[in-house]
Amino acid sequence: MEQLIEILKELHPDVDYENCTTLITDKILDSFDMITIIAEVHNRFDVVIPADELGPENFNSARALYALITRLEDE
Amino acid sequence: MRNVLEYLEAAYLKAPEKTAYASETDSLTFRQVYMQARSVGTVLLKDGLYKKPVVVFMEKSPQTITAFLGVVYAGCYYVPVDEEMPSYRMELIFKTLSPQAVICDKATTDRLYKMGYQGQVYLYEQISATPQDTKALSAVREKSIDTDALYIVFTSGSTGIPKGVVACHRSVIDYIENLSAVLQVSEDTVFGNQAPLYVDACLKEIYPTLKFAATAYLIPKQLFMFPVKLVEFINAHQINTICWVVPALTMISGLGAFEKAVPSSLKTIAFGSEVFPARQLALWRKYVPNARYINLYGPTEATGMSCYYVVDREFKEDEVIPIGRPFPNTGILLLNEDGKEVTQGEKGEICIRGTAVTMGYYRQPEKTAGNFVQNPLNKDYPEIIYKTGDLGYYNDRGELMFASRKDYQIKHMGHRIELGEIEGSVNCMEKIAGGCCIYDEEKKKIVLFYAGEVQPAEVLAFLKERLPRYMVPGVLRQVDRLPLTLNGKVDRMKLKEMYAGE
Repeated sequence: MEQLIEILKELHPDVDYENCTTLITDKILDSFDMITIIAEVHNRFDVVIPADELGPENFNSARALYALITRLEDE
Repeated sequence: MRNVLEYLEAAYLKAPEKTAYASETDSLTFRQVYMQARSVGTVLLKDGLYKKPVVVFMEKSPQTITAFLGVVYAGCYYVPVDEEMPSYRMELIFKTLSPQAVICDKATTDRLYKMGYQGQVYLYEQISATPQDTKALSAVREKSIDTDALYIVFTSGSTGIPKGVVACHRSVIDYIENLSAVLQVSEDTVFGNQAPLYVDACLKEIYPTLKFAATAYLIPKQLFMFPVKLVEFINAHQINTICWVVPALTMISGLGAFEKAVPSSLKTIAFGSEVFPARQLALWRKYVPNARYINLYGPTEATGMSCYYVVDREFKEDEVIPIGRPFPNTGILLLNEDGKEVTQGEKGEICIRGTAVTMGYYRQPEKTAGNFVQNPLNKDYPEIIYKTGDLGYYNDRGELMFASRKDYQIKHMGHRIELGEIEGSVNCMEKIAGGCCIYDEEKKKIVLFYAGEVQPAEVLAFLKERLPRYMVPGVLRQVDRLPLTLNGKVDRMKLKEMYAGE
């Protein structure tokens, strides 16, 4: 989780990722951030997020995204 | 034809009940667009606005486009402003314009008042439902000529002040006629609009939709983060024509969306703003083989797009896709430093001639004179050309190729950005001794080097308040001192070396 927060903090150091659950709904993340996140998750977790997992439900909070990464790591 | 409203009036007669513009939640028929635009025009006219800039500050919606057309009915010109634009930038734009009137929607009125704007404010919902004054509207139209201003679009300025490009009806009509022929637009066209409504790129959907009584869907911005959902949206609405910035297309191909869903309804796929990587284009052509692929090139100062290339062959991964040839009725000159035409294969500055060259920058005569200049090849009578600052050359096939920029303008996420504008903002920060930006082409990141006793997070927060999202640097590096060249300018080459050596 810490590693993921680190990735996200680099994009927006001012966001409280521990608690924010509206990263997409409140337009905090944009399409550019998305591409960076996907690339960084690949680099640091060695996990490729498949296209059909790209949706607000998996990106609205750091927790949800971390859950997705963990699930993909197990698969 | 001398006024773009003639497109709307023809569509209204031809297909009044057909959907003109639709978003996820809203849609307007040609009748509604026609009626509401005329109501808006009537209200503005009654308040004595004529030949004035009217700011349209609304959330992206079919109503926003109708507000533009309403402004035109009053004989004024519209100035679209992004609802997500930081207040500081809006204030800069308002300072240049000193607009007497702004059209808002419910979501944006508050922000306008917070800015301390003193002029007339109209709520779209109210003014679009008022009775029309047919006589007054006709009187305005009778007086209109095709060199009257139609809109002002603001683009990044190297000194930190955005530049307002003024375009007239005639330029837009010329552009739309020629663009529509290249895109093969017809009444069966269903556009999927990606471009924000505050840039000239959205002309490609707004006006051909009127000219042919076609339909345009305004795709929700959020979908451009989620490629599979985006493809599903295209298919659900049977969208057949798209003119997108390159990153929007590569997002679909690059993130592996094609393996899950293919946008099979697409017949025309046009792209511009930056170079389409050949590998991504090959992916698109593999999964959507029956579509026509068209590369578009052009600056805001020449109304929209000036050149096109219809993809007619395979490209190797290291090959660059041509920008092709000018639209009919547009001329391209490649000039060297001495103002002479270059020889075959040699690089020169791409300069544009023709009706599509806009009128210049609003209230910036010096900037205008710098880029809109007398054709150096013509010593005999006045003829204005626009110098793009782009370098190009002709390849062996006689196709125009884009090479690079002459200055520090970049294309990032489909937006045109002057690095100088970012640096201007950085240098406004008290604790900063100096800042300089470079662009990492490969990773597509704006890199800011700065000297000063401030944490990067603080610099970021400061910049976010002043610059649009797409201009905020992705990488920040604090240095003791910025390296200088012998001339005393910041040494960008040295910065690039430092960055590459990390």
